[in-house]
Amino acid sequence: MKEIMSGNEAIARGAYEYGVRLASAYPGTPSTEILENIGAKYPEIVAGWAPNEKVAVEVAAGACYGGARAMAAMKHVGLNVAADPFMTLSYTGVNGGLVIVVCDDPEMHSSQNEQDTRNYAKFAKVPCIEPSDSQEAKDMVGEALKISEQFDTPVVLLSSTRIAHSMSLVEIGNRVEGPRELGLKKDPVKNVMLPAMARRRHPIVEQRLKDLAQFAETWPYNKIIMGDPSVGIIATGVAFQYAREVMPEASFLKLGMVWPLPEKLVKDFASRVKKLVVIEDLDPFIEEGVRLMGVKVDAGKDVTGLCSELSPEKVEVALKGASSAKSIGPIDVELPMRPPNMCPGCPHRAAFSALKKKKVYVCGDIGCYTLGALQPLGMLDHTLCMGAGIGIAAGMGRALGDLAKGKAVAVIGDSTFFHSGMTPLLELAYNGGSTTVVILDNRTTAMTGAQHHPGTGYTLREAPTISVDIEKLGESFGFKRIRTINPYKVKEMEEVLADELAANEPSLIIARAPCALLKGDRILSDKPLVIDQEACRGCKACINTGCPALEYVKITEEERGEGEKRKGYSRINKTLCVGCGVCQEVCRFDNIQEAS
Amino acid sequence: MSNNNRVYNVLIVGVGGQGIILASDVLAMTAARHGYDVKKNEIHGMAQRGGSVSSHVRFGKIVSSPIIKMGEADVLLSFEQIETLRYFPFLSANGKVIVNDLKVLPPAVFTGQMDYPAGVLGKIKEKVPDTVVVDADALAKKIGNPRIVNVIFLGVLSKFLDIPEHTYEEVLKENLKPKLVDINLKAFQEGRSLVKG
Repeated sequence: MKEIMSGNEAIARGAYEYGVRLASAYPGTPSTEILENIGAKYPEIVAGWAPNEKVAVEVAAGACYGGARAMAAMKHVGLNVAADPFMTLSYTGVNGGLVIVVCDDPEMHSSQNEQDTRNYAKFAKVPCIEPSDSQEAKDMVGEALKISEQFDTPVVLLSSTRIAHSMSLVEIGNRVEGPRELGLKKDPVKNVMLPAMARRRHPIVEQRLKDLAQFAETWPYNKIIMGDPSVGIIATGVAFQYAREVMPEASFLKLGMVWPLPEKLVKDFASRVKKLVVIEDLDPFIEEGVRLMGVKVDAGKDVTGLCSELSPEKVEVALKGASSAKSIGPIDVELPMRPPNMCPGCPHRAAFSALKKKKVYVCGDIGCYTLGALQPLGMLDHTLCMGAGIGIAAGMGRALGDLAKGKAVAVIGDSTFFHSGMTPLLELAYNGGSTTVVILDNRTTAMTGAQHHPGTGYTLREAPTISVDIEKLGESFGFKRIRTINPYKVKEMEEVLADELAANEPSLIIARAPCALLKGDRILSDKPLVIDQEACRGCKACINTGCPALEYVKITEEERGEGEKRKGYSRINKTLCVGCGVCQEVCRFDNIQEAS
Repeated sequence: MSNNNRVYNVLIVGVGGQGIILASDVLAMTAARHGYDVKKNEIHGMAQRGGSVSSHVRFGKIVSSPIIKMGEADVLLSFEQIETLRYFPFLSANGKVIVNDLKVLPPAVFTGQMDYPAGVLGKIKEKVPDTVVVDADALAKKIGNPRIVNVIFLGVLSKFLDIPEHTYEEVLKENLKPKLVDINLKAFQEGRSLVKG
């Protein structure tokens, strides 16, 4: 039976069918739905959100050391966080199969960089396999687990935005349990990476890579599809589909294993075609590998480019010099952009409105609140990586002294705080300074679609569990100044900020209000507000919060009454307004009330 | 449009939260049920926060790329006026346009920095005279549920594709909560009735 599935659903299905016993992940677009699907559909798999990707890989490592088949899933930058266990897992090897699913994001649809995970596989000397549709995504979970067990290595299953979120047909199968016996087996020479033991493991890793390169020569997912021999295309992943789309008559070497590369197969293919082209997203990874074999590559990144994702038209232009499509062409109108925006009633908008009033410099982080950088709020000055904002603010504060005092603040969401904000908070307490940290606690991992975390009180499968007390955590770290506030009370938050910015020691402000999209623990009234349109002076204080429920209505000169100075007024779209009251708080003329 | 060897390309666009993903899911499942190979792609994540959304649905005997090549969309179904323009170059020279008579103001407009472009529908009709314009939000309210806009459009769209209507109806029945089936089937039929022939 065939079902239509996204790449993420297919990987979850693969985990089920191929006997994965434990799966762990931290949410991150485009990988999030892998664990969500496992949680929702496959109770046979023990699964839970980890606070971050490093822990997810360690939890999966524990399961595989004990003989169980295991999966950890993350977005590309998550592997940076998990790099420490990942690099040395290559040395210890596994026992039960271990697949590490990593989703790249060419074009940075929802990411901060375009790093190419294949470099990590090479760096760690572990195999990396890459599907080109949902069927392969499911099948390759099984292949990854088999390769992992056969070669005693973790395996990277490389996905990308266009695989993870594309849907195609998948043949459904039954679950088969993994082959290894479960149990605790002592093997310190293999599993305790003291220098003396690690020295014995390294040559094994090098030999394993040679064995895997040999294996890659005949592995069926590396295959030559001969067509017209005048052009031979080496391609992987979704780029293979684009190339097939625009040049179906060409000859192809489709690589399912992108590291290590099958040298004989590549040379054989190269010898059978006149012109050799490599079509791959991101870095010239395969291109350079092929060149290192001494094989001439006629075209690669010189025609496809290093930045942003490939597309069918880009690949066609690269292969043929022009697109064959007959487009109707553009309609020449200057279009306003439609960037993502904080939702009506978002508590982050409230917090940023208060921060804006205090004219601070914000060392931000990653989450919905990163959108606070966009106009009209324009209140976020740094985003580097998960958890970085606190460290940046602390370093800035200490290095700049009075220049930063009372100005540089750190802003971080709750899920990001549990991910990697706790250690920089500890650093701040330990080394001191006068930095103010604001934790925007909206009780969920909002940006990726509301996943639970250790602060929400529930697990992946909605089972009740612990809920971290951030105030007590701060206290135990030694913070003496800890304030908890409701960010919707913008004026109160301004006062609290003023006090804490003036303090000569680190302070912690917890701005707590659930995400406006959450149904539970709702503190929003859901009663729309209304603006007195006659009294409104058109000062735009409410408009400049950027709330999508507000609209500035211009008054033309002809429409303007005798002696009327205002050029417009604000109004509220009552179908969008959820009554958060932020516009009421920032209105200096008391013109906004609950609708009758 | 019953040449079964070709790949059919439908691009559905609009604003996050309009039910675009659900509409494209149903279309993809319907095409699969009809026996086509199907691929579909959309961008999740940041687009959900009121941003511009596009969903590519492709079906035919064999489909390679999950995204439509610029200039090869057979139908551009747009849930919002200016989103039609944003994705217009995806449309093929003889493609069809179905557009919702709705303006959702983007931030630069609702904050008074820019005006919403004027005469959008007229400009679309200059290029594609047989464009189908539907005030789907008003129609949805009339039928009795503002959330069925996407299924009204699925009905309109179905008139331009070669998949029998009962296949859509089967997929809708199987994928909706029982209490929502009747109103959605009604919405689907209302959508179909907007296109003559």
